[in-house]
Amino acid sequence: MTVDGTSKTMLWTFRISTVVLCLWVLVPIYFLLTNTLSSPEEVVAFPKRVWPSFNLESISFFLTFSGVGAAMWNSVLVASVTMVLSIAAGAPAGYALSRFDFKGKSFYRVLILMTRAFPLPLLALPLAVLYIRIGLDDTILGLALLHTMLALPFAVLITFSLFSGIPVELEEAAWTLGCNRFQAFRKVILPLVLPGITASAIFAFVISWNEVFGAAVLTIENRTLPAFLLQGLDQAPLHLKFAGGAVLVIPALIFIFMVRKYLFAMWGIANR
Amino acid sequence: MYPRSLPYLLLLPSLALLAVLFLYPFVLVAWQAISDDGGQFTTAHFSEMLGHWKFGTAFTNTLLLTLAVVPIQIALALYMASLVTGMSRGRDAFLYIWTIPLGISDLAAGIIWLSIFEQTGFLNTFMVGLGFSEQPETFLGYQNKGTIFLAIALAEIWRATAIVLVILVAGMGLIPKEYKEAAEVFGASRWQQFTKVTLPLLKPSLQTAMILRVILAFEVFAVVAALGGTNMPILMGEVYNWQFVLRDANVAAAFALVILGISILCTLIIMWFLRTPKGATL
Amino acid sequence: MTIKKTALAAAIAVGTSVGAVSTSQAEVLFWSTQANPIEEAQAMRENVLSGFEGEVDFQPSETGPWLTRIEAEATAGSGKIGLLGSLHGNMISLSDHLADLSDVDTTGVNGTFVELGKLGTDQQLYIPWMQATYIMAANKKALEHLPEGADVMALTYEQLIAWAKNMADATGSPKFGFPAGPKGLKHRFFQGYLYPSYTNSMVTKFASAEAETAWNDFKELWSYTNPASTGYSFMQEQLLTEEVWVAFDHTSRLADAFNQRPDDFIGFPAPAGPTGRGFMPVVVGVAVPKTAPDMDEAKALLSYLTKPETQIETLRATSFFPVVDVELPDDMPSAVQLSGAAIAAMSGADDANPGLLPVGLGDLGGKFNAVYVDAFERIILAGQDVRAVLDDQADTLRSIMEEANAPCWAPDAASDGPCPVE
Repeated sequence: MTVDGTSKTMLWTFRISTVVLCLWVLVPIYFLLTNTLSSPEEVVAFPKRVWPSFNLESISFFLTFSGVGAAMWNSVLVASVTMVLSIAAGAPAGYALSRFDFKGKSFYRVLILMTRAFPLPLLALPLAVLYIRIGLDDTILGLALLHTMLALPFAVLITFSLFSGIPVELEEAAWTLGCNRFQAFRKVILPLVLPGITASAIFAFVISWNEVFGAAVLTIENRTLPAFLLQGLDQAPLHLKFAGGAVLVIPALIFIFMVRKYLFAMWGIANR
Repeated sequence: MYPRSLPYLLLLPSLALLAVLFLYPFVLVAWQAISDDGGQFTTAHFSEMLGHWKFGTAFTNTLLLTLAVVPIQIALALYMASLVTGMSRGRDAFLYIWTIPLGISDLAAGIIWLSIFEQTGFLNTFMVGLGFSEQPETFLGYQNKGTIFLAIALAEIWRATAIVLVILVAGMGLIPKEYKEAAEVFGASRWQQFTKVTLPLLKPSLQTAMILRVILAFEVFAVVAALGGTNMPILMGEVYNWQFVLRDANVAAAFALVILGISILCTLIIMWFLRTPKGATL
Repeated sequence: MTIKKTALAAAIAVGTSVGAVSTSQAEVLFWSTQANPIEEAQAMRENVLSGFEGEVDFQPSETGPWLTRIEAEATAGSGKIGLLGSLHGNMISLSDHLADLSDVDTTGVNGTFVELGKLGTDQQLYIPWMQATYIMAANKKALEHLPEGADVMALTYEQLIAWAKNMADATGSPKFGFPAGPKGLKHRFFQGYLYPSYTNSMVTKFASAEAETAWNDFKELWSYTNPASTGYSFMQEQLLTEEVWVAFDHTSRLADAFNQRPDDFIGFPAPAGPTGRGFMPVVVGVAVPKTAPDMDEAKALLSYLTKPETQIETLRATSFFPVVDVELPDDMPSAVQLSGAAIAAMSGADDANPGLLPVGLGDLGGKFNAVYVDAFERIILAGQDVRAVLDDQADTLRSIMEEANAPCWAPDAASDGPCPVE
């Protein structure tokens, strides 16, 4: 009986904290949307409106703003190329780190993290010079390469922990059954980690989607959405600031929603 | 067993990328920090940085913020991850909601949280509306450094816990069910299962999450600038300041090297503390 | 023979004119830190630049990426940027990368500003594009708290302090706002307003007894200033939310408040101190980088920008005032009318004491500004001793002036060598 009692309290603790945590995440976003869907006067008024008045003035400014569509398309292109490149370069490295002992392993692990530990605004200058000289300047690929560098630590470390979690014995079993290393990887390991790899690709997408400084320096005619919109946002009137924030956040939310099944499919991989 | 070059071949694509896009510009910038106009080695830029009256504050603020934010994020993400593990229904929906902040840039997060904490913001709307205070409070005033710090910490925890959550959920997913079932058979409580089974097996993921968070925490900028204004100098803000306002690329590079230095140091410490003993892997 | 020659000449002429046509079709990339807010950028493209006969691609940007991109193009030795638009202060640090524009016709453009555009060299490195200044703005609710006998159009610092105190006492929270945030333009307030008004100097008397009085007065004003001011960068926001009632800022950073609710706000001149009503212009210039892909087309665009009609459209789009003499039409936006009246009252005042923007500082322009900002942060925010801070900062200032070898500018009296700091 007592066991039942405690587990009931626990169940309720869990339920309540789940709801509280959801509110914690959602309420600030709700405020952003409320401000976005209010008129300029309501945005500056105090006390603030707690529910939106569905005034579309601010948001329609962005939707009709010339160049937003093209910039969004550029953002999608850059982010997609970044996804592919970061997995292509990151996953093999993650596998190598988890399966082999070799000289320079720790050095590599620190090196890969250094890319995120050094301020990008300073790297942007020599990079831009290099890009102009070799003709990568103002191209989708050029910016995607930079974003790949930013996403690489995530790709490598996430795939590293994924591979580390899969027993070597599984692979060894495949070898004894006549598979070579590559076949064992493809038939046994890959299906297990694929969802996780997709998750790290999604990270790459999001990192690229939100990156401003590099995009502002390295693209001019092919500007991405943050470079195009976000730069002037600080100085924009309040109502446009919030609407601009929403214009940037909403596509990312939709994207995560669309790919959520991959993001979470990695859950329970080992349970099958 | 395998050709000795195999691991290096696997690292090659990422190494090539790093060499061109990171190491090359990095060396150029790092050189700026330690050389004068004539190309001679000098420590003048470092002493200028160390001698500047803001350096100490920026350094401590950066460390304090990281110390305040990262442990809470790890704990919160662990709790969220184990909540998710225990769910039988609705797991995807909750995970989706909790990972939403992943898609929100730090600039947008700064805008959102400023609208909450500013004097005419949402928090004051509730405080006054519910009768907790007569007048809207000035949360972000320069005398209330504590409140400003708290606001920044909250915004950072809100923004960047999701990334830890995703890494930990992925890691938990890899722990075979059998281990837990075994623990249950032996009568372990939920807490015991968590500390004795889950946590040790989660070490690689914990290590990854912690290192990434610490490094990114040293680089926070937009949220701090939005909420802290000039009151909360941090290292990354000083990099911007020296590079683009004071126009001294040498000192800016010196600041950048400091950020890099503490990042590497923390990475090594975390790697050592959360190392997985050889042969103890799954 | 002659026929052949003529034919040849014609062929060459056709050839060159074809060449000319194809180059004139090339877009000029206009890379600017001004008109960066999205709706201003849109107005620039649609209303200001659409009248130019060539093609323009207007790309506004934050200062960081803006500078980085220009330096990258200069280092690489080739670039896409045709025309640069930015504040005088940003142009200073780029002087090595700017082409000489001495052959551009500047008749009609304000002579003082054209001189500033030489940046202390004998070359014309930028051409003035637009100007602005700092004024004060107030919510009309604040006017009833004005101290006895004070005329809002001819305020003194003493009266401003009393006013701020009255408002704080009456409402229970400080209602004066000052843009002391990270992107606020506070350094120009100290350089061009506070110092000239108290010391009739910007540099020489940096650490004088008068300067000490100035800082102590400002400290008193600060005690009735909204403490969230350290986060303010664009006072229009706090004026609109009514977080503050009275504010000091750049005209273009007050424009939204004036335009959205013209009947609720007034614009008025900056206050006067013991040595007059100090104020300072803000000059935005246009320059051509040495790496511009098409120098002639860039100069053509530059000339277009200084035409009177273009200047009026620019004023509508950005709330920045013309640098050429123009008759303003009556249908200008409220922000222009309200701030125009304040500027006229300020520059026409009997005690007007106009200063000039710093010149001749080269790369040290940023550090020069930092002397004033640091003095503010140390004295006002960190509460350090005024005298000690001024002495300490004066040493820095002196070494900057000596390293740059920059002579004095108004309101300081001209000097032979570097401007002395007493």
